[in-house]
Amino acid sequence: MIEIKNIVKTFSGQEILKDISFMYKKGQTNLVIGQSGSGKTVLLKCLLGLYKPDQGSILFDGEDIVRMSNKNLKKLRKEVGMVFQGGALFDSMNIEQNVLFPLQMFSDMSKDEMLDRVNFCLKRVNLENVNHLFPSEISGGMKKRVAIARAIVLNPKYLFCDEPNSGLDPYTAILIDNLLQELTYEYEMTTVINTHDMNSVMEIGDRILFIKEGMMAWEGTNTEIFKADNQDLQDFVFSSELFKTIKENIRK
Amino acid sequence: MHKSDYLFIDSVNLHLFLEKFNAMGLIASFGKYLLFIADVFRKPERRSVMYRLVVKEISEFGLKSVLFVIFVSLFVGAVVTLQTTSNMEGSWMPRYLIGYATRDAIILEFSPTIISLLLAGKIGSNIASSLGTMRVTEQIDALEVMGVNPVTYLVRPKIFALIFFNPLLIILSMFVGVIGGLLAGILSAECTATEFITGIQYAFIPFKAVYALIKTVLFAFIIASVSSFYGFFTEGGALEVGQSSTKAVVYSSVVIIVSNYLLTQLLLG
Repeated sequence: MIEIKNIVKTFSGQEILKDISFMYKKGQTNLVIGQSGSGKTVLLKCLLGLYKPDQGSILFDGEDIVRMSNKNLKKLRKEVGMVFQGGALFDSMNIEQNVLFPLQMFSDMSKDEMLDRVNFCLKRVNLENVNHLFPSEISGGMKKRVAIARAIVLNPKYLFCDEPNSGLDPYTAILIDNLLQELTYEYEMTTVINTHDMNSVMEIGDRILFIKEGMMAWEGTNTEIFKADNQDLQDFVFSSELFKTIKENIRK
Repeated sequence: MHKSDYLFIDSVNLHLFLEKFNAMGLIASFGKYLLFIADVFRKPERRSVMYRLVVKEISEFGLKSVLFVIFVSLFVGAVVTLQTTSNMEGSWMPRYLIGYATRDAIILEFSPTIISLLLAGKIGSNIASSLGTMRVTEQIDALEVMGVNPVTYLVRPKIFALIFFNPLLIILSMFVGVIGGLLAGILSAECTATEFITGIQYAFIPFKAVYALIKTVLFAFIIASVSSFYGFFTEGGALEVGQSSTKAVVYSSVVIIVSNYLLTQLLLG
C-alpha cells in the first residue's frame, strides 16, 4: 500500500501539485487520470523518488520515502517495477538481456536460474522466441510487454506504469491492460497506472484518482464513475460521443 | 588616475565580462560537472558487470578507432616530413635532422594533441549522442528507478576504457606517424632511410615520451567526461541530442587545447 499525504510540488514558483492526498491499495490497479499537464507524471515521478515534493509525505507500507536516506531509497527501489511510456528498453541489449538486467544487478541467482526466470517472465507476458531480438526489431506492443516482463522480474511489491497503452491499437491496449490487472492480482502488487485511456478506466480501474490542475478532483472506482456528480470528471471521461452513449444507456 | 579608479574600472569590466559570457552559468555548470565526476567514482553496484562494461567500451571506442588513427597518422607523419624538408631546402643543416624534427613534432604534439582532438570528434560525439538518446528515451530514468546509479553504470566504464586505451592508440600513432615520415622522406628522395633513422635516434629525451603519455591520459579523461556530461544532461528530443553532441565536441576540444598549454608549461616550461 502506498499513501500520499498533502503532496505539494512547485517548479519555478508554479505549483504543479496542490495538496494531494490519496491511498493506493495493495492488490488493486490504482489509476491516475487527468488531462495533459494536470500533474500526473509529476506525481508519478514523486512516487518513484525522482522528484522530491516540497511538502507532504509518501508512505510505502508506512515508510516515508521523502525523508528516507539515499541508501534506503535505493534498497526500496529493488521492490519497485516501472513501465515507462515508451518502454525505455535498453537499445544496446537484446530482449533477453533487457529482462535479465535487474537480476544481474541485484540477485544472487546462478546464470541458469536467471535465464529460467527471464523465460518465465517473457512467457507470462505472452512473448516467446524473441529472446535474441533487439528492441528496434519488435513492435510497440511487444516493447510494452518486454518492459512489463523486466518490471516484474524481481517480484516487485509496487508496479508503476506511465501510460502503458499509449500508441497501441485498441486490441493490444486491452491485452496490456488485462495483463497488468492479472499480474497485480497474481502477485498482490500495489499497481499505479497513469492513463488517458477511457477503456482502461472502465476495464481495470479498481481505484481511480482524477487530478485537475494539480488538485485531487475526484476518487472512486470504475463503477462509481457513472454516478459521480463531479462536472470536471464527467466532462473529461464522457467527452467522446461513444462514452456519452454508453453512459446514457447505463442510466436508462 | 587614482589607484582606486583602476580597481573600480576593473570591477565594472569584470561585471560586464561575467554578464556577457554568462559566467554564473559557466560556474554553475562547472560545479555540476564536478559533482557529476564525484558520482563517477562511487562504488559500482556489481564489479563483475563493471569489468565487462569496460571491455565492451574498449572494443566500441578503442578498437574501432585503430584504423582511423593509423590512416591519419601515416599521412600526417608524411606531411610533417615533407614540410620539414621544404623548410630545410638549400640549408647547410644535415639531412638526418629531418628525422629528428619529424620525431619531435609527432611525439610532442601531433600524436597526443591532434589525434586526441580528432578522437574528441569521433568518440566524444558518439558518447554524447548515445547518452543523450538514452536520456530522452527515459532509459537513464529506468536505470535510476531500478536503483542503479546511472553515472557509475554508464559513464565510469567509458572513462576507464578511454584512459586505458587512449595511450595505446597514441603510442600506435607515434610509430605509424614516424613510419609515414620515413616513407615520405625515402619516396621524395630528400633523405635516405639511414639518415632518417639516425635523426629519430638523435638526442632522444625519454621524458618527452612520458610527457606525451601524461597528456594522453588527461585528454582521454577530458574527452570521456566532458562528452558524457553533455550527453547525460540532455533535455528535450532529437534536436537537443544533436546540440549536446556538438557541445560535447566543442567543449572537449577547447578544454584539451587549454589544458595542453597548461600541462606543457608545467612539465616542459
